[in-house]
Amino acid sequence: MALRIPPRIPLRTTINGDPYELMVKPYQTLLEALRDEAGLTGTKEGCGNGNCGSCTVLFNGLPVNSCLVLAPEAQDGHIVTVEGLAKDGRLDPLQKAFSQHGALQCGICTPGFLMAARAILDSNPHPSEKVIRAGIAGNLCRCTGYDKIVRAIMAVARGEVD
Amino acid sequence: MTGRKEPRYVGKRVIKADALEKVTGAALFGADARLPGMLHGKVLRSPHPHARIRAIDCGKALELEGVKAVVTVADLPPFEEAKAAFGGELMIDQVHLRKLTIAHDKALFEGHAIAAVAATSPEVAEAALELIQVDYELLPVVENALDAMKEGAPLLHEDLYTDTLGERPKAPSNIASIIEGGWGDVDKGFAEADVVLEKSYETQMVHQGYIEPQACLASVDADGNVTVWVSTQGTFNAQRQLSALLMIPLHKLNVVPLEIGGGFGGKIYVMLETLAILLARKSGRPVKMVMTRAEVFRGTGPGSPAYIDVKIGAKRDGHLTACYAKMILDAGAFPGSPVAGAFMVGFAPYKMPHFKQEGYDVVTNKPRVQAYRAPGGTAVAFAVESALDQVAEALGIDPLELRRINAVEEGDLMTSGQKYNRIGLKQLLERVAQHPAWTQPSSGPNRGRGLALGAWQGAVLTTTAQVIANTDGTVTVVTGQVDVTGTRTTIQQMTAELLELPLELVKVNVVDTHSAPYTDLSAGSRTTYTMSVALKNGCQDLVAHMKRLAADLLSHPESKVRPEDVNYSNGRFWASRGSEQPSVSWREVAERSRTRGPLVGQGNSGRLPPAPTFAAHVADVEVDQETGKVRLLRYTCFQEVGKAINPQQVEGQMQGGAGQGIGWGLFEYYFYQQGKLLNPTFLDYRMPTALDLPMLDSVLVEVPASEGPFGARGVGEVPIVPPAAALANAIYRAVGVRMSRLPMTPENVYWALQEKGAGVTPRGHAPVSSSRGS
Repeated sequence: MALRIPPRIPLRTTINGDPYELMVKPYQTLLEALRDEAGLTGTKEGCGNGNCGSCTVLFNGLPVNSCLVLAPEAQDGHIVTVEGLAKDGRLDPLQKAFSQHGALQCGICTPGFLMAARAILDSNPHPSEKVIRAGIAGNLCRCTGYDKIVRAIMAVARGEVD
Repeated sequence: MTGRKEPRYVGKRVIKADALEKVTGAALFGADARLPGMLHGKVLRSPHPHARIRAIDCGKALELEGVKAVVTVADLPPFEEAKAAFGGELMIDQVHLRKLTIAHDKALFEGHAIAAVAATSPEVAEAALELIQVDYELLPVVENALDAMKEGAPLLHEDLYTDTLGERPKAPSNIASIIEGGWGDVDKGFAEADVVLEKSYETQMVHQGYIEPQACLASVDADGNVTVWVSTQGTFNAQRQLSALLMIPLHKLNVVPLEIGGGFGGKIYVMLETLAILLARKSGRPVKMVMTRAEVFRGTGPGSPAYIDVKIGAKRDGHLTACYAKMILDAGAFPGSPVAGAFMVGFAPYKMPHFKQEGYDVVTNKPRVQAYRAPGGTAVAFAVESALDQVAEALGIDPLELRRINAVEEGDLMTSGQKYNRIGLKQLLERVAQHPAWTQPSSGPNRGRGLALGAWQGAVLTTTAQVIANTDGTVTVVTGQVDVTGTRTTIQQMTAELLELPLELVKVNVVDTHSAPYTDLSAGSRTTYTMSVALKNGCQDLVAHMKRLAADLLSHPESKVRPEDVNYSNGRFWASRGSEQPSVSWREVAERSRTRGPLVGQGNSGRLPPAPTFAAHVADVEVDQETGKVRLLRYTCFQEVGKAINPQQVEGQMQGGAGQGIGWGLFEYYFYQQGKLLNPTFLDYRMPTALDLPMLDSVLVEVPASEGPFGARGVGEVPIVPPAAALANAIYRAVGVRMSRLPMTPENVYWALQEKGAGVTPRGHAPVSSSRGS
């Protein structure tokens, strides 16, 4: 007895500026494709149904829960994951701010928060605290109570981190 | 080691040692481990909360292509009579852990593991689960502790007899144990009181809510050596449990810690690990297992629900005369609810002439609870601190003043009857009294401020670390102590401070069970406190070794320097007499270990007294009278921390604990109907988001602990203790209703308002899990 599994399909996509040609299962999520096919395990799964935001990546510039995107949807798309935040060996100011402000503890939600925060600042470089809180409201953190995360993003918005 | 006055690293906001790994996505967590040829394991779980298992047929599953192994209870090695108990914070005995790991003759909760499959892909494994046929005989469900205690209630365990101080009961029961504690004569105390308040409270089952689901990877080599990569709060703890369940000697069982994506007490017992090893052994290939979020909710160990009756008597001047509590805690399917924690915490901040507690540990058809941050504490503090607020009101005394009048000091009794060593509750309350969060009035309609205290005695146990002087002058601290959320950083800070070396010369290596001596788990707010002592001993031991080598280096043919004449400070050794050479550096001495043998300081925390901690939280809320929604306006956490090794991390603990406590108070509960969980997602199990919380102001008060090189106390648990009570008290001041049941959702607050206002009979209180009237 064998399970009928549909054949894999090719997925051409750009991840963190690099071209990828992956063979994905047609029902695979972008999250699974990133982690299991591209080997980029920085993006985390916390719930698998879009409630916790741990798997947030930028898809054509917008933050998405990669567990809710089918991998084939990313055909010819541009994906940025936490591994792509630092450029040319320079950390993104958000990465520095999260470190300096103690905005991470266990760190499992951190990649998702960094990507959500990046999306906030990309669309609004000087957000208010309320805008920041709304922008990360789809990301759950259980360690910090959000205080230091909000402060870290505010510090970047105020240009306090280079 | 001269005991420098001005610390260089301790007390500083040093950036986390693991920050860079975590902000770049490089850190490897439980689900990130993989091996060539690895299989994917999945668990078949009982859909029924209580059912006898008549038969399990795995035949069809084994026929599915790609299925490499199926295991059931029959694959566990036969049980050895010797009974060991495992714990950490909540104990579980070996028989129960075995039955919890995989159902034996009965499924005892929805989500109880029945069988496990390893296959070449997750899809095949999942399909195989559907092919396993289980013949269940459904049994009546015991939904909550009050029902469980009733005469004639269906029994979960036919062999469970209530453990009491009295004689062994004749019939089995769902009450696993009854414990009592206290002193004096409470009846006398209540007779002496001017005001006596008596009230009942109820809290729900909640989940720790760690964002990382349980995950592990197991591999068994041809000689039967087992390696398991896990996300756990204690590798040696996991190793002991696995060894006992699987009859594997410790030297053939290596537990490798990966980054732990949150635990809060919920990653102490082995769950998937046992099944993964069985599958790996049976299939001959590595097996990886990762839980789904629904499995985490249904199949791991949540926090215990509680029914608590409180009675408090006080004199007109505010002095307490007697305190009594009856606590019924729901352990889930196997004994071991946090009754002891609840006993320890509830009345811990207060002087009581007469005091009595009764505790019931009760089993029900729910997942077996695990520890959840200050286990037992939040529920009992909700009850006691809410009741005290009413006592203050009845007496016309300010709620803070009432607590100051009765606050314990050094030499007073802990709830265990032992005496407190140095504590700082008075100083903490003094700080609250002067702080704007308390002195500035809370104004506006439907707004109110609540205060509540929390206590945590602090676990101790054993902590070890080895401090190694490398030949290039750097230092490696090797320990099996898992870094739950920051101890690599504090170990680095404390070691650099103790050795008077630059911080960047110290690296902390958290290693597997085959690479370090035994150390206990990271839990109970014990790690930093006990580690500070282990490091002090380890650093002293290392420096003593190095002084012996330094003595040789400082000696010359005519005059030999004795080790006891060698001094050390700030990276240099020198002789107080007998040497013309002024000094030798740390690095010069360390370099000698290439020819003179290892330079290793053995650090052990030894037997330490507890270092008790206290917290006071002040919450300002606004309540929407129409909807019952509670909005947090301001929240301030005051905490007596001994000495903050890293204030930023201490604040993080306080804020995180407060955030969890607020969720427990306002939103979170397991919604069960007939033993089936209806909300096993983060959408329906509502944890606080960034929009629900204000900034969480944290005020650190430092009164050094009696023991330890820096006076540090454990800080992680206590901040989850006060929030629910602080919010309940704030809601009362805002709209005049006393909430006696958690969570204080809009619905529950709405009905409480209706009840107060119009005499409306409340319908459909959510959650309705108890048979007790409101």
